[in-house]
Amino acid sequence: MTEAYIYDAVRTPRGRGKSDGSLHTIQPVQLLTTVLQNLRDRNDLDTGLIDDVIMGCVTPIGEQGADIARTAVLNAGYAQSVAGVQLNRFCSSGLEAMNMAAAYVMSGQVDLIVAGGVESMSRVPMGTDGGALGMNPQIVAEHKIVPQGISADLIATLYGYSRTDVDTFAAESYRRATDAQQAQRFQRSLVPIKDELGETLLDRDEGVRPGTTVESLAKLKPAFESIGKMGLDALALMKYPALTQINHVHHAGNSSQIVDGAAGVLIGSKAMGEKLGLKPRAKIIAFAVVGTEPTIMLTGPVPATEKALRRAGMGIDDIDLFEVNEAFAAIPLFFMEQLGVDHSKVNVNGGSIALGHPLGATGAILSATLLDEMERTNKATGLATLCIGGGMGIATIFERVG
Amino acid sequence: MEIDYKIQDNIAVITWNMTTSPMNVLNDASIPEFEVALQKAYDDPEVKGIIVTSAKPEFIAGADLKMILRNQDQDPKEMLEVSMQLNRLFRRMETQGKPIVAAINGTVLGGGYEVCLACHHRIALDNPKTKIGLPEVKLGLLPGGGGTQRLPRMIGIQAAIPLMLEGKDVSPRQALELGMVDQVVATREEMMQAAKDWILANPSPLKPWDQINKKTGQIEARDNFKVPSGNVQSPVGVQAFAVGTAMVMEKTRGNYPAPLAILSCVYEGLQVNLDRAIPIEAKYFVQVARSKEAGNLIRTMFLGLNSANKGASRPKTIEKTEVKKLGILGAGLMGAGIAYVSAMAGIEVVLKDVSAEAAEKGKGYSRKLLDKAIAKGTLNEAKAEAILNLIKPTTETADLLGCDLIIEAVFESRDVKAVVIPEAEPMLVENGIFGSNTSTMPITGLATLSQKPEHFIGIHFFSPVDKMMLVELIVGEKTSDYALAVAIDYVRKIRKTPIVVNDSRGFYTSRCFITYSSEGMELLREGVNPVLIENAAKLAGMPVGPLAVTDEVALDLVYKIASQGIADGALTEGDTSYQISQNFVKLGRIGKKAKAGFYEYPDEGAKYLWSGLAEQFPIADEQPTLEEVKKRLLYRQALEAVRCFEEGVIRTKLDADLGSILAWGFPAYTGGTLSFVEYVGVEEFVLECDRMADAYGERFRPTSGLRKRV
Repeated sequence: MTEAYIYDAVRTPRGRGKSDGSLHTIQPVQLLTTVLQNLRDRNDLDTGLIDDVIMGCVTPIGEQGADIARTAVLNAGYAQSVAGVQLNRFCSSGLEAMNMAAAYVMSGQVDLIVAGGVESMSRVPMGTDGGALGMNPQIVAEHKIVPQGISADLIATLYGYSRTDVDTFAAESYRRATDAQQAQRFQRSLVPIKDELGETLLDRDEGVRPGTTVESLAKLKPAFESIGKMGLDALALMKYPALTQINHVHHAGNSSQIVDGAAGVLIGSKAMGEKLGLKPRAKIIAFAVVGTEPTIMLTGPVPATEKALRRAGMGIDDIDLFEVNEAFAAIPLFFMEQLGVDHSKVNVNGGSIALGHPLGATGAILSATLLDEMERTNKATGLATLCIGGGMGIATIFERVG
Repeated sequence: MEIDYKIQDNIAVITWNMTTSPMNVLNDASIPEFEVALQKAYDDPEVKGIIVTSAKPEFIAGADLKMILRNQDQDPKEMLEVSMQLNRLFRRMETQGKPIVAAINGTVLGGGYEVCLACHHRIALDNPKTKIGLPEVKLGLLPGGGGTQRLPRMIGIQAAIPLMLEGKDVSPRQALELGMVDQVVATREEMMQAAKDWILANPSPLKPWDQINKKTGQIEARDNFKVPSGNVQSPVGVQAFAVGTAMVMEKTRGNYPAPLAILSCVYEGLQVNLDRAIPIEAKYFVQVARSKEAGNLIRTMFLGLNSANKGASRPKTIEKTEVKKLGILGAGLMGAGIAYVSAMAGIEVVLKDVSAEAAEKGKGYSRKLLDKAIAKGTLNEAKAEAILNLIKPTTETADLLGCDLIIEAVFESRDVKAVVIPEAEPMLVENGIFGSNTSTMPITGLATLSQKPEHFIGIHFFSPVDKMMLVELIVGEKTSDYALAVAIDYVRKIRKTPIVVNDSRGFYTSRCFITYSSEGMELLREGVNPVLIENAAKLAGMPVGPLAVTDEVALDLVYKIASQGIADGALTEGDTSYQISQNFVKLGRIGKKAKAGFYEYPDEGAKYLWSGLAEQFPIADEQPTLEEVKKRLLYRQALEAVRCFEEGVIRTKLDADLGSILAWGFPAYTGGTLSFVEYVGVEEFVLECDRMADAYGERFRPTSGLRKRV
């Protein structure tokens, strides 16, 4: 089997996902165009050699609709022979794109490919694509589908994570992100976003708030308590009748930030890399997706990680560094507790709570951050994992080469 | 003839006036005639427009429910065709071209209002007593004549959904505000004139969801109709369906299919044009109308309740009687409540207690309730005063003279009753009846305290009397049909529902209800998580968990009843409810009244399960499934009701069903305790009972009568 190598990874900074965010005036196709152009230019690529571009996007409507991957390929000035496809596996889309790209390379049907994702949450708000999953009354009622925040609070309730526990985790995410930003640890993958006149609009992740503490977070009001009272807690508890209630511990400060951003990773066979004189950074050695109970929804990273490790013939201790998406603070807490992973190995440069979670792009951003840190600290193995709407999980294992 | 047809000034006036039914209803007799009348108007070139109205006080009360019950066993395809026929009739009203106005002279509900929705314009006569609405959901049905499609298209998804999910009716003025009618007028003449004016001003009306086909000139549904205030796939839709579904599930616990089907009709139907939407609604209607839940609700809670309220259990040979003067012994909570509901029905009440203060306090209870009604604006002061004046608080036995009925509601002690019964009985008119509100003491035994045991009967009210609609009438060994007739006539007069039971320990309601509480304690003793016990009960449709309800009953009373059961040889000392109640009495945790029982009752905030339960009943490592706990709690009650029926404690199936739903909140979707057996299926019920008897104890062993039915 051909092995899938990663040659480069590029990502935009993450801008606050509101109308006052620095990237709000940038169209999502432009974010993706910047990523594609940087990948081309940094590697001096003949884009005619690229077979396909796979991009995750979770709200593919409006200006993110109509196959934004092919649109960006055209807009970036890539060879017209390069195809493009957009996919949606919710929050894992960016990593899913990479796994699919890797699978294509491994199967020998593709030699060089770009995978990643994009989401301008300030311009195309989350959830505006509707969907039967959360709206069709028969499906919602049968499967007890609730908003993710309720699910995260349900995990915290079931596993006993108090408000202080989740706030402590969140404050640490902010602290690590602040340190990483100050130490310029994101620079290798990060490309600034400039306007038409060449002025830099944003060159750093905008949501990092130095000085965030457990005490400052304690002042925030639970975000899902009021909707929980509108029947949603009751719906979730129909599946968890041994619980009296759901403790609402998550809020804006210990949940992932809504942001704009994009990312792309260049993946190819060893032969193609050698032909182009590219230096491989890592290879993708195993990946997995799983479906889990859809009401609690967000427990997937644990079984997905176990499945990927099984495929790789590895144990949890064989992984040196982890990126576990901080959709909500309870998710990494649950991951570390269930798999016995020390916090010193997980999200060492902070996570989505401090840095933001541009839905379709996050999987690729986490991978880029993971590779950069593996190289910086000379670690051999890394694993990226995300929880996914609808009750799914994804995990990918990377091994450094060269 | 069910429907009159007249032409006035080139306008066809179609007047509903059914002779085969007391009210205008949509059924096999009226629908074809309505169709013929409409066709005549469509075909007559002189007719410029059509007015639909009624000659009765109400407009159209809805669809004939017996017709729906008859159709329940039909092939779903045939039922769909019946439903589609009516829908085609409605759709033709909209699309045939001539203006049709509904002149709504009175109450219009369900299918009747769907007739109005199919009209081009709705004018209602201003009468606050007129009810307008779509109450189908209350009977486990959905508005299947296009109601789920036209109402949201007319007034918006968010406004329409609550009206259909709650089935609530509104007055003409409220209907105008909501957009359910277009015009409200003061008199019948104005109504007819306004209808004619509208027809003349709108010779070719077109619904906003329709368009004229450019090729054929025909009216057809349009594809790009925008729902007022927001389409399904919009933030409005997310709120309505994501949150709305959760709210429905919280309320129904998933036990009632109709509300969810209503949401689905709106969700699916409003994403296509009206012509394609109608069959979607019709298919959901057929599913829901054929459901066991709808059948149960219609049989027990509509047809059954109506017949019980009309005195179905009353001995037929006795002429109608009337209680004009009522004596009540004991002005405590029950006595005071009985006084209130009786005075409300215009009965003169003598409320006797041992002290003047106690008697006055009993009357004060009525004053409090009446003041509340005045504050709400549902009653005026003069009427309240007149009601209060009917209640005479007293300490004098002589004031009872001339009572048609005396009900004792004194302390549950034979000694006390042995004093008050012989003292009051002579005050009754000749043929007067003596009733006892006892909930625990056999009537045959109490009747021996009376000079005329044949005129002695149990009249068991539930607390709070003003809210609880059921009265359990207990017939002792010697109680005459006459006494029963008087009691039923009295219960009808105070507008409550009577059920008739034969004398036995715990009668019917207490005996069955106690099994619910007792099974909760059995589960607790086995180490089942108390949270699971309580939640399973609620998910099964019980209003309150068994542990919470036991706290409300109070564990000292449970202990007393269990002790009596042991004394009578009906229970052994190993009985779980005996042991637990004894232990909790010792712990001083006797329930809600002591602010300590299975639950803690903080001064502020909601009650919560006592943390000490974990020590008393350590939670077992292996927990039963939710379904198993639900099953145990429901089957136990149903099986006890079967025993009552087979032993002749309860006389009719309907009384058993109604009693269970109205007295202690057995879930209505099952049809009641006895209907529950058919809801599950007799064979399945017996099989499961045997399985549970083997697993949990002989209390689940099915009766021989049940086995014979398999």
